[in-house]
Amino acid sequence: MTIFIIQILNSLFYAAVLFLIAAGLSLIYGVMRIVNLAHGSLYALGAYVSAWVVGGAVGHAASGALGLAGLLLLLPIGAVAIAAVGAAIEPTLLRPLYRRPEEYHLLITFGLLMILEDAMKFLFGGTPLSAGSIMDGMGSLPIGRLLYPTYNLVVVAIGLIAALGLWWFIYRTKFGIILRATSQDRRMAAALGLNVGRVYVQAFAIGCFMAGLGGAVVVPAQAAVLGMGIDALVLAFVVVVIGGLGSLEGALVGALIVSFVRTAGIQFFPEIELAVLYLIATAVLLIRPTGLFGRA
Amino acid sequence: MTATTTTTTAADAGMASFLRLLVVAMAILFGLALLPAVVDPYQTVLITYGLIMAIAALGFNLLLGYTGLLSFGHSAYFGTGAYTVAFIVRDLGAQSMELCIIGGLAGTVLVSALFGFVCVRHTRIFFGILTLALSQVLWSLAFKFFWVTGGTDGIRVAYAKLTLLGGLVDFAGPGSFQRFIFAYYYYVLGLFTLATVIMWVIVHSPFGMALQAIRDNETRASFVGISVRRYRWIAFVISGAFTGLAGILWVPLNGLTTPDVLYWPFSGEIVFMSVLGGFRTFVGPIVGAVAFNYLKTAAVASTEYWQLLLGVVLVTLVLVLPSGIVGTAARLVSRFTR
Repeated sequence: MTIFIIQILNSLFYAAVLFLIAAGLSLIYGVMRIVNLAHGSLYALGAYVSAWVVGGAVGHAASGALGLAGLLLLLPIGAVAIAAVGAAIEPTLLRPLYRRPEEYHLLITFGLLMILEDAMKFLFGGTPLSAGSIMDGMGSLPIGRLLYPTYNLVVVAIGLIAALGLWWFIYRTKFGIILRATSQDRRMAAALGLNVGRVYVQAFAIGCFMAGLGGAVVVPAQAAVLGMGIDALVLAFVVVVIGGLGSLEGALVGALIVSFVRTAGIQFFPEIELAVLYLIATAVLLIRPTGLFGRA
Repeated sequence: MTATTTTTTAADAGMASFLRLLVVAMAILFGLALLPAVVDPYQTVLITYGLIMAIAALGFNLLLGYTGLLSFGHSAYFGTGAYTVAFIVRDLGAQSMELCIIGGLAGTVLVSALFGFVCVRHTRIFFGILTLALSQVLWSLAFKFFWVTGGTDGIRVAYAKLTLLGGLVDFAGPGSFQRFIFAYYYYVLGLFTLATVIMWVIVHSPFGMALQAIRDNETRASFVGISVRRYRWIAFVISGAFTGLAGILWVPLNGLTTPDVLYWPFSGEIVFMSVLGGFRTFVGPIVGAVAFNYLKTAAVASTEYWQLLLGVVLVTLVLVLPSGIVGTAARLVSRFTR
């Protein structure tokens, strides 16, 4: 029973991280119709930046001067940094390509992926970088006869807050209306006087922020390593394909499905755990091409 | 009367341009055939790799350039070819390279027919994602079933065990590696020529024309009676078979097959090659594959951050030279000859 509860908590933790990545990917596709192959690398970059900042703070400040709360507040720096990177990428690399076929979107983001992967190797080196002091500092909770890290529950909470916040942002604010209008009909939105170029920068930056936030929250629990972004991207793809590209609810449900299937897979059928996920995505694409929550 | 004359002139012009093409192709082939005598063995190996990848890119471009479908999962067919050969050599103890080719092609056609059947139900971005997802199924299986595939260690395929041309050429005894490189170059060159000729015939046949019609306007193509989905499927299988052949030929030269050739960034490299050469032309992917091979070798040799270098090249290419090497060269030539 205890194991069962812990597995559910693990799935929720994993779902929260996946949701953050996939929601960003989905948002960017929904508004800009761009599938960003570099999205996973941006997630990885977020993880590296956060780990580097937290690690630097722990190393330099007098012991305990910052405290746990201080370190936690440092964590989102990774997300903000990635949002800035995104705001720089959109006008320089993506904007010239909107009129071209989408093959070129995939190609340029693939080029970006290659650049980002090596940039991380250059900046942070080959050794894994972790912000484990946060996780250690938070201690653990007793669940049955076992101990469970409190930090994982914090991540689940962050995932929930992010989902609610994003929902509120998109469906309850003026900017959300502008975002949805641009997503539905770019030309009409422009004709009504919206600055579509600015909306695109903002949407891309928000999507990148989500990816960076995913990296930032995961790094106290799992060290940032090279190649983590490439793995994460394909899983995020599976999530958005199941849920529907461009759909926020879809990203949430997809993340839950993927993480529960994966946890069950690791427990019961470890050899085909990943294959099953890809096959689920394929099946969804065949039966409902727009995903569970997607619109045509 | 006039109509007949025009047709004859057009046919003559077509014939003349075909003959010119033939002469150029023969000259290039002749040059390639003389190459191992001139350059050192390392260069021969590099060109062999380049020619193998050219077969893969040629197959890939039947989908992108001629049918208008961007596959991000061609690693699956390259890898299927490679792994099938590895299984044939390791588990069946086969030695004949021809047997490996037949077996590998059968495996690739099977996999690409199955995957293609699923993938051609979609176009554009969903096609890309489907091909990617399915290729990752194979990758994860190769990665996880280590007692079958050796996991990340992969499977070794020793060239010394293989024979070419039904046992006529074998590689036993001393100095065998030099002999292998020499003989294998011509073997690959022969198959590359064959593959190029077949692909040229395919894209200039009524079938190839139908594919281009589908690429340019799917609705019109289906109105003139082309069964779009079936044509796409056939193109998918042919494309997969060519890429599979490249995987088959690649294994003995590389000596090892690992899950890396099934992983999706490798599909990205195949796309890269076609774009580098220019996917709007027939020879573009060939030029692109050979050029990419040199580019990657040079980048890996010169810096630890070769991937960054290649990424910058790709981004620049997409932004500045979207028609690739061949497209840009053709534009420059036409500007100066005019």
